[in-house]
Amino acid sequence: MNASTIEASAPSHVLRSQGVSWYEASARQRIDLLLDAGTFKEYIGPEQREHSPHLQVFDLPEQFDDGIAVGRGMLAGAPVFIAAQEGRFMGGAFGEVHGAKLTGLLRAARDLGSIPVLILFDTGGVRLQEANAGELAIAEIMRALIEARTAGVKVIGLIGGRAGCYGGGGLIAGCCSALAVSEQGRISVSGPEVIETNRGVEEFDSKDRALVWRTMGGKHRRLLGGADAFSDDSIDAFRETALALIASTPGFGIEVLKAEQARLASRLDRFGTCGDAVDIWKAEGLSDAQAEAVPAMPAPDFITLANKVQEARHDAR
Amino acid sequence: MENLSYRYSAPRRAGGSKPLALVGVVASGNLEVLVERVLPDTECQLEIKTAAEGFGPVWAAVTSDFVARRAAGGLKLSINDGGARPDTVALRLAQAVRVIEGDEQ
Repeated sequence: MNASTIEASAPSHVLRSQGVSWYEASARQRIDLLLDAGTFKEYIGPEQREHSPHLQVFDLPEQFDDGIAVGRGMLAGAPVFIAAQEGRFMGGAFGEVHGAKLTGLLRAARDLGSIPVLILFDTGGVRLQEANAGELAIAEIMRALIEARTAGVKVIGLIGGRAGCYGGGGLIAGCCSALAVSEQGRISVSGPEVIETNRGVEEFDSKDRALVWRTMGGKHRRLLGGADAFSDDSIDAFRETALALIASTPGFGIEVLKAEQARLASRLDRFGTCGDAVDIWKAEGLSDAQAEAVPAMPAPDFITLANKVQEARHDAR
Repeated sequence: MENLSYRYSAPRRAGGSKPLALVGVVASGNLEVLVERVLPDTECQLEIKTAAEGFGPVWAAVTSDFVARRAAGGLKLSINDGGARPDTVALRLAQAVRVIEGDEQ
């Protein structure tokens, strides 16, 4: 196939977003290129200047959208709600307004009951300058998310930004219907430096980047089953992955919760004594050579491997 | 934090018809510019909130140069600054005008 054939047959969104890295893109670029062209309608946009009421007290600069853009748009012709955190503004952290925008979006989705929600996480957790308001926001978001899922809404988390998905963001991600993660995406609650500060360098050496990536990085989360899908680091790949998850994610109810509880219990049984992520991968069925090759493995090969070895999850997430 | 405000008479009207645009991000050494088409075609206003205090004369130089060089008439530019250098500010201002004219980036 020559280049002109590719151009002629590729959908317009591929031409717009071709080769754009998810990791490198801003929150607004991710929204713009993920959705069908020109369909994003923002709620409480930057021109409304709903910035943080707290940062001024600390003599810190505000951002007009408080570090998150929320709204609706079309994904492959179907409506979605979408929220994207800007990881470069205060590490994508949750403050009062930032959190309230996501809570409101999830409540709107709950009330409508049928339109899926995409959350583009890029966060270090709660904004320390707004600690109490930020912690409350996390709780409100988790409640709103579960209410939305109970009402039949699929909530899909997409994780591949420079801040990863930490702290309260990790808790919210754990409540989602499904998660997609790239190699660069990291998912955890306590970050590497936090663990080292509290438990000592013998417990976790935050400067050992290979240790950080194989403990919290996207490949490990995919092999462990915490993330449902692995995506290459491009906006096109995340778009395809999001569409697949919306189509395949089961509903939500007590049976799903029970299956999830059973899956987590069996995970503890199987891997509770493992000292390193590599031991878990081997216990999952990877050969020694495969396990050694995982960190440097190209995305398509890794996706094939992960699809082969990942535990059967039934309806659990 | 320091608040600065400048109002200039603008030699050229900004092109296009988009009502607003947003470029940049508030991070160390960076800034965001919210640009809105809300003024008469012959005026340009800049409202700046900056974390780096005491640089009023530099802001005056960069903003007056911007209005003289670019077609910024009719625009109000609101800036949240995280301590960006003058060259970064100049590029963001130029980018803001390009985006409200209708260019993608």
